[in-house]
This record gives sequence, C-alpha cells and structure tokens, in this order.
Amino acid sequence: MLISDVFERKKRHLRNLEKARKKVNEKKNNHLTAYERIATLCDEGRFREIDKELTSKNPLDFPDYDEKREELSKKCHMNDAIVTGIGKIDHKKVAIGVFDTRFFMGSMGTVVGERIVRLAERAEKDELPLIIFSASGGARMQEGLFSLMQMAKTAAAVRHFQEKGGLFISCLTNPTTGGVSASFASLGDIILAEPKALICFAGPRVIRQTIGEELPEGFQRAEFLLEHGMIDAIVDRTKMRDVIIQILRMHEA
Amino acid sequence: MEAYERLLTARDAKRSNIDFYINELFDDFIELHGDRLYKDDKAIVAGIGIFHDIPVTVIGHRKGKDTQENIECNFGMASPEGYRKAVRLMKQAEKFNRPVITFVDTPGAYPGVEAESNGQSNAIAESIACMSNLKVPVISIITGEGSSGGAIALAVADKVWMLENAVYSILSPEGFASIMWKDASRAKEACDIMKITAQELYNFGIIDGVIRENKKLIVTLDGMIYEELKSLQKKKPEVLVKERYMKFRKMDGLYNE
Repeated sequence: MLISDVFERKKRHLRNLEKARKKVNEKKNNHLTAYERIATLCDEGRFREIDKELTSKNPLDFPDYDEKREELSKKCHMNDAIVTGIGKIDHKKVAIGVFDTRFFMGSMGTVVGERIVRLAERAEKDELPLIIFSASGGARMQEGLFSLMQMAKTAAAVRHFQEKGGLFISCLTNPTTGGVSASFASLGDIILAEPKALICFAGPRVIRQTIGEELPEGFQRAEFLLEHGMIDAIVDRTKMRDVIIQILRMHEA
Repeated sequence: MEAYERLLTARDAKRSNIDFYINELFDDFIELHGDRLYKDDKAIVAGIGIFHDIPVTVIGHRKGKDTQENIECNFGMASPEGYRKAVRLMKQAEKFNRPVITFVDTPGAYPGVEAESNGQSNAIAESIACMSNLKVPVISIITGEGSSGGAIALAVADKVWMLENAVYSILSPEGFASIMWKDASRAKEACDIMKITAQELYNFGIIDGVIRENKKLIVTLDGMIYEELKSLQKKKPEVLVKERYMKFRKMDGLYNE
C-alpha cells in the first residue's frame, strides 16, 4: 500500500470517528453509517476491510437495479449493505461486520449473504470472535429467491462456527427486521440491542393491516424484546465498546 | 402457463394438501403434537410414518380443507410454536436416525402480535439452523405456496423439489408489489419479475427437481423419495451435513453460471 493511501485511510478514519463521536454524544438515535460504527468500536485505525470487491450480478435482471446500486455506491462509498473485516477491539482481534441502512435499507441479498458467510468462515479458521451489527429492512427484494436463500446460508454459517466453539455476539440496531432478524441475527451466543431499536419479523405496518387494530405501545422495540426473553441486554451506543470488551475478556481462552 | 396462473393454481383450495400426501405416501402415520414450551400450533403437522418399511419423520404446513379447518390451522401461517415443534421433532428424528421429509405450503409465517411477542424471528432462525445441521437425510417438497421465511424454515434440505405448479418466493407477490410500487394490485406483474415458478428456480439451481402434476404424481413422488433416500442413507452423517452446507453456500448468483 502506498504511504499516501495510508494517510488517506487514516484521515478518513479520523473523520468517521469524529462524526460518530458527535452523533453518539448527541444521544440521538441517529443512524450511524457502517464506517462510523466501526470507528466507535475498533481501536484507532485498526480495521481492515475484506471481500470489498464482491458485487451483485443482478440474478433476476431486475429493472434499474444495476443503475441504482451504482448510484448508491458512489454516494455511500460502499458497494453493498454490509462492511466486513478484521479489526482490533482493545487489542483483541475480531471478525466484524456492520450493516449500513443507506444501501437499499440494509437489505440482505447475495453480496451481504456471501460476506457474512466468508466472515464467519474466516472467524472459524482464525479462531476469532464474530461480531455483527445488524440494521436491515430484511431480504433484498430485487434479488428474489436468491435473497431468501441467504437466510439459510448465513444461519448455517454462524451455527457451524458456533458448533466449533466460536463466540458470536449479535448486536441489533434500529431496525433489524424480516430475513435478517429471522436468520443469523437471532442466533447470537449473546444478543445485544440498542435502546428503542425496532426488532421484528413482520413489520408493524403489515401486522396492523393483518389484524386491523392499533398495536400496543412500545411493541417490537428492544425493551419489549428484553421483557419477552428474546435478547440478552440493551446497551446504549455510548457504552457498546466497553460492554463488548468486557464480554470478549470473559471469553479469552 | 404464466407465473400468475400458477400462483392461483398453487393457492387453489381444492389443491391436494399435506393430509393427502401423508395418506398416499406413508403407512401407519402417527401425528405428534406440541412444542413442549407453550402450545400446539395446528398450522404445522408433524409425526412419524412408515415409508417402504423405514420409519421417517414427516413435517409440513397444513392449511386445512374447509373454512373451519382453515381457521383452526390459521391458513397454514405458522407461529413460533409451530417451528419449535418442527425443531423438536427434527432433533428426535436425528436421535433415532430417521430421515426427515417436509412438505411446504404456506402463505408465510404469521404476522401477528402474539407470534411476534413469542419470538417468530428466533423460531424461524432456529429451525433453519437446525435443518442445516441435521445428521440424517432431509428432503423437502414444495407442494403449493412456498412463501418467505415461513417456507425456508422447513426447506433447508439435501434435495428440494417443487411440483410444477407450486411457487416459491421471497414473499407473496401482493406483498412484493406493495413494497416495491405501493400497490398490491400489481401482483400479476410482480409474479413475472420475481421468478417464482418451479422451472425458473430449477434453471437458477435453487431447487433440485420439478415434479409433473399428472395422474402418476404419487407414483413418481414415491419413486423419487425412495431412490433419493437410498442414496442419501449411504452417506456418512458428516458428509450429509457438509454437502447440505455447500449446496446452500453456493447459492450466491455470483459465480456459478
């Protein structure tokens, strides 16, 4: 890598970190971009992205899909809805993936599925803890049944990783729904969620339409899931890194 | 036949349902109930039957054949308890080394307050993960509507076959049209774009076979299951699991064309 690239990366990282810290300090539930989130979690400059070159082949030949992805890639500096890589958190190496809702609502299609599977396989091979921050509208409509198959693919990959003794921390942020919440994201050895995050299989609008009545206050929010036994803990984003460090320490061999 | 016509055929109330297949293909079927956690979900039927002298575990969606049954079975839309019953009986099948055969026919997992409160996401995820790891042969047959997470929860199999008029989709074409164009009435158009028919999905390599719907359907199905089980049963459990993992692992629409 060229020295200028290293400087550029460092500069970008610091920009992300600064923006993320600002958002975190504002204590609003603003969405963090994947790179901002990584900046709040990983040791400074200690994240290396992998599998960045994967792009969707638009398996259904879905109209305007290629153009839309191209446009978003330019705008968001990422070519699909998840960033995966190897990072260090408090000097401990981890395999980490972070969704970004700016890209097709963070939906899971073939690229997201493939990146998650490769990340889990990498974590298994290198015996690293696996951490995934989900934020997703569910399966990617534009890739049809291929997207549904990613549920099977990702759930199988994280389960196989876990069976080999791997630690999977699943962090659910606003929103985690549909095909993402009903696959790997619900399989964490430890499942953390951000306050007030919407976490569900079927979205509130669909349920309202089905049953024809208003939904209970706070329904499908993180606090509701905690009460119903579906997640381990709610962690504010200002404390997330510390809690993850604490959990990682407890799983050191 | 166009995709939309097949969708209507797949949903036809007069179409053969799981009770028919169980009756025709298995002897001495005994239904087993309940998830041992909360309740028995009638949208999923499960039990043990004899297939050519060997016991097999059979699991599938039940829509019901008349209005009263439809309501009891919630039109084949399963709740978490249904998927947890499926997981319980798949693990039981593994313990006693019985193959698992599933029949998929559902408009989707139930989108309701109780289903969400009891962990619909978790139940579907666990069912998928359980199937991907089962150390016995698994065959899935999509007989009618295979819609969304509610379908894949019972369709992570060594072989997945579809009847020629069955459909398999990421969600209902009405739901798709409503999300993409804010207009559920454009379902017909959605059917073509979504690629939901058996033949299209076979061409994609997502399913392993298309079964013609003619008078010989049961004979064909019986023969296919028999041959497939014979070959799958020769494989070591680790090989079965590994090959099933790789089968879905390759469904990326990325490299394998």
